[in-house]
Amino acid sequence: MKELFRRAPKAFTPGEQTRDQDTPDNMWVKCPSCGDLTYYKQLRDNLKVCKCGHHMRLSAVEWQGLFDSESFTEEDGDIAPLDPLNFVSPKDNYAQKLRDSQLHTGLYDAMISGNASIMGQGLQVTITEFEFIGGSMGSVFGEKIARAAERAYERRVPLLTINASGGARMHEGVLALMQLPKVNLTLARLGTIGMPHISLMTDPCYGGVLASYASVADIIIAEPGARIGFAGRRVIEQTIRQKLPANFQSAEFMMEHGMIDMVVPRTDLRSTLGRLLKLYTMRDADASPLPADV
Amino acid sequence: MKTPLSAWDKVQISRHVQRPRTLDYVRVLCEEYFEFHGDRRFADDAAIVAGVGRIDGQSVVIIGHQKGRDTRENMRRNFGMPKPEGYRKAMRLFHHAQKFALPVICLIDTPGADPSMESESRGQGNAIAENILVMAQLRTPIVSLVIGEGGSGGALAIGVTDRILMLEHSVYSVAAPEASAAILWRDSSKAPDAAKTMRITAQDLKDMAIVDTLIPEPEGGAHNDPDATIRRAGIAIMQSVNQLNALPTSILLDQRYQKYRVIGAIKTMPTNQSSMGEPLSFL
Ligand SMILES: [Zn+2]
Repeated sequence: MKELFRRAPKAFTPGEQTRDQDTPDNMWVKCPSCGDLTYYKQLRDNLKVCKCGHHMRLSAVEWQGLFDSESFTEEDGDIAPLDPLNFVSPKDNYAQKLRDSQLHTGLYDAMISGNASIMGQGLQVTITEFEFIGGSMGSVFGEKIARAAERAYERRVPLLTINASGGARMHEGVLALMQLPKVNLTLARLGTIGMPHISLMTDPCYGGVLASYASVADIIIAEPGARIGFAGRRVIEQTIRQKLPANFQSAEFMMEHGMIDMVVPRTDLRSTLGRLLKLYTMRDADASPLPADV
Repeated sequence: MKTPLSAWDKVQISRHVQRPRTLDYVRVLCEEYFEFHGDRRFADDAAIVAGVGRIDGQSVVIIGHQKGRDTRENMRRNFGMPKPEGYRKAMRLFHHAQKFALPVICLIDTPGADPSMESESRGQGNAIAENILVMAQLRTPIVSLVIGEGGSGGALAIGVTDRILMLEHSVYSVAAPEASAAILWRDSSKAPDAAKTMRITAQDLKDMAIVDTLIPEPEGGAHNDPDATIRRAGIAIMQSVNQLNALPTSILLDQRYQKYRVIGAIKTMPTNQSSMGEPLSFL
């Protein structure tokens, strides 16, 4: 009955979001790992990697700097979520949560996708926005990856997924769960034309993203220190009733256990991706050299 | 007038200790059956039973979660929560089915994948993901029946199928109600609320067009007449298998693609989303 009394939140219009409070360049930012203070500008210039090596999380927009300048074109930016379960609980109201997150990020959901190039090589890309309900994977998220994979298939280009997600979007119930097969079906099709899917795991990658596309990519790259797992630490600690070692589920731990191909510092990422892509997209010996990266 | 069963009532029925399990289905339905063991890599996981048998004269691969009926068996079978080696045993049987052109029947009954240090270390997420990828491309018919509880990726790892059937009082959810309540509200005792809010009953899934067929249960649940329930389910499963067997492989695969491709609740807006902030400079 309570649904009857539920007030639907006002629809979100892009542009309405509270403007990003541009952190002044001369402001100090504290590293959550070592506690050191760095000027915001200096931190941005160093791709938000602290002197101690800690990789701070990037927004979906900040990641777009990974591509050749001006090469990123957003696609499917007009897809927005619904509230299929009419999810209302005493503590939580999905429609309101969506609107709050939309106001906070300016996005309809936790994903920006489109086409871009890296060192002149075209590709489809998807980038999660962790600030939007923990980068959780719901219907919009699944649909955008599916469309990106289908476009990669049609355009015969590789797919790069940049991932930071806590797992499936609980508020969409089993519809969120069914995004896992939906996405993997499109990836299976992409695999038939010999175009690679490269998965970049940034902190954190858990649950649904790991149990679907992110862990079955042809090439899996993780950022140093990224936490990667199926079950969360809290769940495991409750089950085994003991504390887990600090490095458990870190990118380095996962590489040691054979789950990822390489751990690449953010500063080397662009050149790594450029060189890797060339191996798959220019397979003949007389392929022209890559354009200089300036 | 009887009060209709609540979602939480159904969760209880789906977990009833006398509810028929995978091996009960094998016993009642199979004229012939051999259980296969192990993933050929690490171990044999008793939380998943897999084998080859014959139903109505048709050779089939049967894969299912298996819970126990007492503490000892539940410990051995890890309460039906598979480890990566369990999923990789299923994977081996998927390939086996494809090689010998056998249809696959999957019986789903798990609270979820095993959450432990050892499972994480051996790639639980990857084991589930690989199975989903293999089922997506399997060149032979594959049918699933949710016989108890279908919890999360742990269920989906043997659940990407051409037809999904559910017993009337079974449930299927993005995470088991206790886990959902813990994730959403940091309070697993709110599981009954989660069961209701998250629409996890067979009827909910039919309404959402995710499930193809519901199999009626006897009054009070399948445990009140296991053999009749199993036979009824067996008829529905084999009807699906026979329909799918008649399809050319390309059509079978296209239909499977479409079945999952359309799932989701989205709308198209008149304008694009507008992001905030500035890209970093990686150049
Ligand atoms: Zn630091």
